[in-house]
Amino acid sequence: MNGLINLLTAAIRAGIPLLFGTTGEIITEKTGNMNLGVEGMMWLGAFFGFYVGLHTDSLLLALLCAFAAGMFGALIYAVLTVSLRANQTVAGLALTIFGTAFANFFGLRMIEANGGMLPRLSAKLSGVLANNPIPLLGDIPYIGKLLFSHNILVYLGIIIAVLAFLYMNKTRIGLRMRAVGEAPATADAAGINVTLTKYVHILLGGGICGLGGAYLSLAYFDGQWQNACVSGQGWIAVALVIFANWNPVKAIWGTLLFGMFEVIRFRVGWLRIPPAFCDMLPYVITTLILVIASIRKSRERRQPMGCGNNYFREDR
Amino acid sequence: MKKHLKLLAVLLALALVFAFTACNKTETPAPGNETVVDPDFKVGVIHISDPAEGAGYTYAHEQGIIAMRDNLGLADEQIIRKINIDDSDAQATKIAIEECIDEGCSIIFGTSFNYMNTMEEMAAEYPDIIFSHGTGYKSNDTNMNNYFGRIYQARYLTGIAAGLKTQSNKIGYVAAMGIDNAEVTGGINAFAMGVASVNPDAKIYVQVTNSWFSPDLEKKAAEALLDMGCDVLGQHCDTTAPQVAAEERGVWGVGYNSDMTKDAPAAHLVAPVWNWGVYYTMATKAAMEGNWTNENYFGDMNDGLIALSPLSENCAEGTADAIEAAKAMILSGEYKVFEGKAIVNGELVDQDLKDNKGNVIVSAGGAVLDDATITGGINWYFENVEA
Repeated sequence: MNGLINLLTAAIRAGIPLLFGTTGEIITEKTGNMNLGVEGMMWLGAFFGFYVGLHTDSLLLALLCAFAAGMFGALIYAVLTVSLRANQTVAGLALTIFGTAFANFFGLRMIEANGGMLPRLSAKLSGVLANNPIPLLGDIPYIGKLLFSHNILVYLGIIIAVLAFLYMNKTRIGLRMRAVGEAPATADAAGINVTLTKYVHILLGGGICGLGGAYLSLAYFDGQWQNACVSGQGWIAVALVIFANWNPVKAIWGTLLFGMFEVIRFRVGWLRIPPAFCDMLPYVITTLILVIASIRKSRERRQPMGCGNNYFREDR
Repeated sequence: MKKHLKLLAVLLALALVFAFTACNKTETPAPGNETVVDPDFKVGVIHISDPAEGAGYTYAHEQGIIAMRDNLGLADEQIIRKINIDDSDAQATKIAIEECIDEGCSIIFGTSFNYMNTMEEMAAEYPDIIFSHGTGYKSNDTNMNNYFGRIYQARYLTGIAAGLKTQSNKIGYVAAMGIDNAEVTGGINAFAMGVASVNPDAKIYVQVTNSWFSPDLEKKAAEALLDMGCDVLGQHCDTTAPQVAAEERGVWGVGYNSDMTKDAPAAHLVAPVWNWGVYYTMATKAAMEGNWTNENYFGDMNDGLIALSPLSENCAEGTADAIEAAKAMILSGEYKVFEGKAIVNGELVDQDLKDNKGNVIVSAGGAVLDDATITGGINWYFENVEA
């Protein structure tokens, strides 16, 4: 039983950075833009979140800066695709390359500036970010450890995913945003400001991706900067968007499952599963989901119609 | 207006370029060198990652290069570094080596295993240049040799520190590669023998990441071991993530490559470390003086290539004495680790060397395994290892 609880707890912690990235990308795609720069924005968030946390000791400032850094990455992408109508795939890939290289380059300079030692957050900030059990709730046997003994960014990720779901499905602006993503020309005709809507949501999505990076750099590695800390998580997040059918609440379960894939090979050694097989699972499952989705032809559980295509008002 | 914008963009781009060039520090050589330095002599180094990482494998090699530079009084410009050369990318390796040659290097050190085949080809193509390859096993009759070291000697000693420290008698080990990799597996075994010499009840639990450098996987492997109840984590992988994870749980760890006490001060006990400078100085000096030979180099603790980082305050009482005693036996050649002997209660006794399936690898009193087996043929785990 303890083994199972430990496995699930580890899966939750491994899955949360994916949840930030997935939620951010869902918002971006729902407004009609496929941003493959999730990895890059997570890197930017990871670096700036850590850097600011290191020098200010303030979690709030660190998170704000990580959010802003993700937004900055998204802004580059938005200018390229929405205003200049560049190819979305290429712009996203460029953002990933930029963000990865930027964070690693300055990450190394940060280590050099620290006298060749990997910089570490102060004990005070690490303490805030540690996996502290919530009083009372954390004392419940099994459930307490599983659900109420995480670092606060885990709860933040889940709250953001739920809020994103409510925003997209239960509010008027959310509806408008989805309209832009499905049929920008129609939305335009209905008087919705397509460009503004896209900008706002691409930036919002980017900021959330940035928080995912900050989770990795600030909390996941116990407050020590590690080069390569994001290492491909952004790509898995992109796959998860499809897995979750563009639904942030489903993404919560999806990230738990994908987090499980990442940790299970270290937990069930007696099963003798080859590690390469575990590494492959997220991608195999995503491929299967894509196949199933295309067979089902469901109108609700698919990519927004306008996603991937830039909107030219003059082409209407 | 548009023209101005364009000009501004070009200017900004140029400013960026120059801003980054300023990041390259130039250092002056230390005074007091003994060999006459040929200012045109150049040394090439191919690094798999970036030495600026501050810990780990490439960092340790770079420390060796810096030591060589200072020992021989070379200027930093005489060292041509190629960093972040992916060793699984033969083309990139080839280009990096060719660049070194173009820049006039007389000797080129390749620090990672998979540079081996490319270096072998290039050595045949450029017979006038010395190719020295680390951690592999290939060499040729003229201009290519191989260098490595008996790191397992130091691992044995760190096992003593781990065995004395553990209370749960569960010791974790984050391994980069699985049982097929003799370098990693031999290291685990030496560590496990060190543990067994002071604590026969302790078991070693191994988790394999299948990657030499991955903070992500190393952290996950470490967490899994800690969840199992391991209270000391050993490692054969590049990042400090396992040590920091141990510190976060209030338990202990044994690092690798460089002294990780600075990274996890409350957890780290001791690390087996490489002083690559010993070899780099020797080889470069020989190359400069024209008496380099293609003899393979397999250094040990006597040479100073292999060492222990200073014992930290976290070590259990008596650790220093136990390590000193075993170290003396290793330095004197009395005890060679992979042989039919073991240290029991501080005494060297004849004992079967058994794997964890009960097979006898070396029977009691039997001779040490030969070097080829030690570097390439250890594909079994010692009896107290669970994997």
